[in-house]
Amino acid sequence: MRAGLLFLLLATPAAAAPPGASSCSGCHGAPGGAVPSLSGHAAEEIAASLAAFRAGTRPATVMNRIAKGFSDEESRAIAQWLAGGGQ
Amino acid sequence: MTGIGRRAVLAGFAAATLPRPALAQGARVVVVGGGFGGATAARALHRAGLSVTLVEPAETYLACPFSNEVIAGLRPMAAQVFGYEALRAAGVTVARTSAEAIDGAARRVRLGDGTTLDYDRLILSPGIAMRFDALPGYDAAAAEVMPHAWKAGAQTELLARQLAAMPDNGTVVLAVPGNPYRCPPGPYERASLIAWFLKTRKPRAKLIVLDAKDTFSKQKLFEQAWKTLYPDTLEYVPLAAGGQVTSVDSGAMSVATDFSTYKADVACIIPPQRAAPIAAAAGVADRSGWCPIDPVTFESRLVPRIHVIGDAAIAGAMPKSAFAANAQAKVCADAVIDLLAERAPAAPKLVNTCYSLVAPGYGISVAGVYHPDKGVLADVEGAGGTSPLDAPDAVRRQEAVYAEDWYRTITSAVFG
Repeated sequence: MRAGLLFLLLATPAAAAPPGASSCSGCHGAPGGAVPSLSGHAAEEIAASLAAFRAGTRPATVMNRIAKGFSDEESRAIAQWLAGGGQ
Repeated sequence: MTGIGRRAVLAGFAAATLPRPALAQGARVVVVGGGFGGATAARALHRAGLSVTLVEPAETYLACPFSNEVIAGLRPMAAQVFGYEALRAAGVTVARTSAEAIDGAARRVRLGDGTTLDYDRLILSPGIAMRFDALPGYDAAAAEVMPHAWKAGAQTELLARQLAAMPDNGTVVLAVPGNPYRCPPGPYERASLIAWFLKTRKPRAKLIVLDAKDTFSKQKLFEQAWKTLYPDTLEYVPLAAGGQVTSVDSGAMSVATDFSTYKADVACIIPPQRAAPIAAAAGVADRSGWCPIDPVTFESRLVPRIHVIGDAAIAGAMPKSAFAANAQAKVCADAVIDLLAERAPAAPKLVNTCYSLVAPGYGISVAGVYHPDKGVLADVEGAGGTSPLDAPDAVRRQEAVYAEDWYRTITSAVFG
């Protein structure tokens, strides 16, 4: 059992971050800061926020500029990864 | 099996969308340089279950972001100091010694303590060195009189002391180099905060900014703020008006351009820079002094299996910033994991966000999104840009708060 678990560890490390996802934690950290934490949010919620930032319908200082660098599909992949605990 | 290992197994079950083939077992990765890039890379690789050694001779890291606030007396130097205890506690092996030589053919690092480390992949995050051969009169000894303060530490504190001690009607000269250099908006943030210091503490004093170029990061925002906040304090001289410094005389405290010689009570000379010497010694720096890299993997164009991240790398449109080094480190770590598993890394995207303070409570930002395009890291078109010119004060205040929060978050993620 122990050997089996070890094999599994080496064979399947955590999924790679989709393009752009690992940059988020440059600003978004633990809850309680001025920059909102991304932990504890559903993927749909994060993807909807990114879409609203991209469309300019949600007020922002910098996220409007960043979200425009990602497609809907890329944003959904990032949102899923973040919601799954990626950082 | 450790708790971390168990969590990794569970994460492997939960996030099995992109399983990677095995090959991490026994793979040796060495990270040279414990700044924002190297420390981030070491953490990411360790978290993924790899055996990684971080080589860093210093006991503490002195962070450059926000060091302009230290210079202006707005912040203690202690707020810039970080240790490696948390990395060690997380299980990262930190070798507290220097990397003396890197043999890319033998894949071996020779360390300052006489030992060697063999590697399968090496991540080099060495930072910058001042070019003391580039500006006549400006060498290491002159920097003790005319500080660059472009690496945080004793130089930062020296410049802060000089500003505090200068005459009330004195002149500060700030020399800014041509591109590329560490922290593109940094000299202009420094100009702003020195001007703020003079305006509030020595209102009869002047700051002259001598620039080797005509355009710079967040230029319109800086110039707008200078016009509003520091019209009688800050004089900006661009290249076109003769701003390029051609020599300095630290004995006479004078700074010369082709057109004038400026006498200074305090002179901050930011000289041209290059990648730290270990990069050239490893053969990964080109004639420019910086390191060409593959934009997907950050692997050196010159020496296989050595990856270069952070300020030392030629990262195309990405600026040399702490944020960029941190983002590059995470992408590079993922690429190294893939390459060790003999799997082609996917094309990444990376983000950079840089805040500058033009006064306390007055922040501005530039952001960018980058992707590999035609062999370099290029801007994703339509994304990024600077804070709006017409933003209300509340937005400037908010961006100053975000700047502080960014610093807390990134230093906590990297060193905490």
